[in-house]
Amino acid sequence: MDALIKPAIEHPVQELDTRTDTRDYLAHARSDAEKKGFADWLIVDIDAHHVESVSWAEITSYIEDPVVRHQAEMYQSERVGAPPYGLNGDLGLRYQDVGGRIPHQSSQREVVEEKDVHRDVVLTRRAMHGLAVDYMVIFPTPMLFLGMHPQTDMEVFLSRAYNRWLTERVLPGDPGMVTLVVLPFNTPDEALKMVEEFADVPNVIGFCVTSTRYKPVHSNEYMKLYRAIEESGKPIAFHAGYHWQDPSLATCNTFLGMHSLGFAWCNIVHMTNWILNGIPERFPKLKSMWVESGLSWVPFLMQRLDDQYLMRQSEAPLLRRMPSEYMSDNCFYSCQPMEQSNMKALECTFEMINAKDQLLFSSDWPHFDFDTPSVIYDLPFLDEQSKRNILGLNAAKLFNLNTNGPK
Amino acid sequence: MQSYRIGTVSEFQEGTKKVFNLGETEVGVFRLGEKFYAWNNICPHQGGPVCQGRLYPRVHENLDENKNSHGRLYDENNINIVCPWHGLEFDVRTGKHPGNEEIALDPLPVQIEGGEIYVIVGE
Repeated sequence: MDALIKPAIEHPVQELDTRTDTRDYLAHARSDAEKKGFADWLIVDIDAHHVESVSWAEITSYIEDPVVRHQAEMYQSERVGAPPYGLNGDLGLRYQDVGGRIPHQSSQREVVEEKDVHRDVVLTRRAMHGLAVDYMVIFPTPMLFLGMHPQTDMEVFLSRAYNRWLTERVLPGDPGMVTLVVLPFNTPDEALKMVEEFADVPNVIGFCVTSTRYKPVHSNEYMKLYRAIEESGKPIAFHAGYHWQDPSLATCNTFLGMHSLGFAWCNIVHMTNWILNGIPERFPKLKSMWVESGLSWVPFLMQRLDDQYLMRQSEAPLLRRMPSEYMSDNCFYSCQPMEQSNMKALECTFEMINAKDQLLFSSDWPHFDFDTPSVIYDLPFLDEQSKRNILGLNAAKLFNLNTNGPK
Repeated sequence: MQSYRIGTVSEFQEGTKKVFNLGETEVGVFRLGEKFYAWNNICPHQGGPVCQGRLYPRVHENLDENKNSHGRLYDENNINIVCPWHGLEFDVRTGKHPGNEEIALDPLPVQIEGGEIYVIVGE
């Protein structure tokens, strides 16, 4: 030991809380990124979030219907003791931070002094810096539950208002911020109008269905929508969520159990219908993305559907290949939250889903189960090219992004 | 090896912690009772700043003799540090995750001499 005893320096940030600057919150990720040289890698985060309800008065001012818009304005200006106008956020939102253990999930009340861009641009830039991300897909949070709203019109009003607000007020603030337009999927004709309105808007790189809903994705009423999305050349994403009031999930007494199942279950159902009804055969150029369900559900469903399909092919006559082949060749997956407790199982999963070409990095920042790019970089069974593909190049190809990053 | 002077025992209140930069190493120093513990500020899960999280008592299920559950209880005798990134909890005394002891924090030696606290880095 050195004879000289050195004085310790107190860390400037003793405890991370809801007021901590995102850059301090993600300082370890930033440091890790610099050690690994991520500045030389294209990193695309295909699913991160902002909390749109913080800007709800701005967003509701974009509601087209004059009566509903006025109702929202009055509500936002005078009403207390209730959630933001029109939103039906799930009960589970109260539990996401594990009783204050994960403060960044609760809120981001950090100081933002910049006035030249929207506050959400500043917060996103800080997150992009911390995670060393070149492009970040921005997606809402409580609006994830709109598919369960009893007023289907409200999903139309709010998603259109949100999409217009986001593309006009937020995204122009930084060329690295991109989005998947939220579709009011419970009203197919309005979803189609949304595709027509936003397909060519700058920084719109695809379309998104929030998966928590009871509409069958193979219904004939969606074929015009899928055709339009296919023709746009942009992918359709199914972003998972939960619905604690679902009769099965209502038997779960913990957020842990409900969330573990719920975020996989909705996409398991939609994927099953998507494949068995031959949507990839009907629209061979339509690319689908399955977001935020983790990965372990995919090999389960591949094996399950393959096994049953061989015995009941007459119920899925559109298929010309095994269900698992469509799932590995036609579908893209986001990695987060990537289950890593069994590395052999994860390696097998990567092989089964053809991860080097079909897997996309996503952080889900600032949610409680976010991943950093190192979850991919540190995997012992991937070669460097596969890591580069998953962290950014697969997304660049899928979304037609500049491989040198945004200009 | 390098020894760093952290401060005096009296500067640490019971049940508190401080985080220090010791050269390139971030370290959390915790006081529980008369004992001090030092852990590397890197979570074994995803590298989060674990020692910059909050302290919570360990949670137990409140079962009666017939195995009926009566909710959950805090155990104030077992304090966990909670990683603020993802919520992984670690016993401040052992550094181990309460649900999987193979997941544990990286310890650093603590010495107390004449009321002064020292943490040794690089042993």
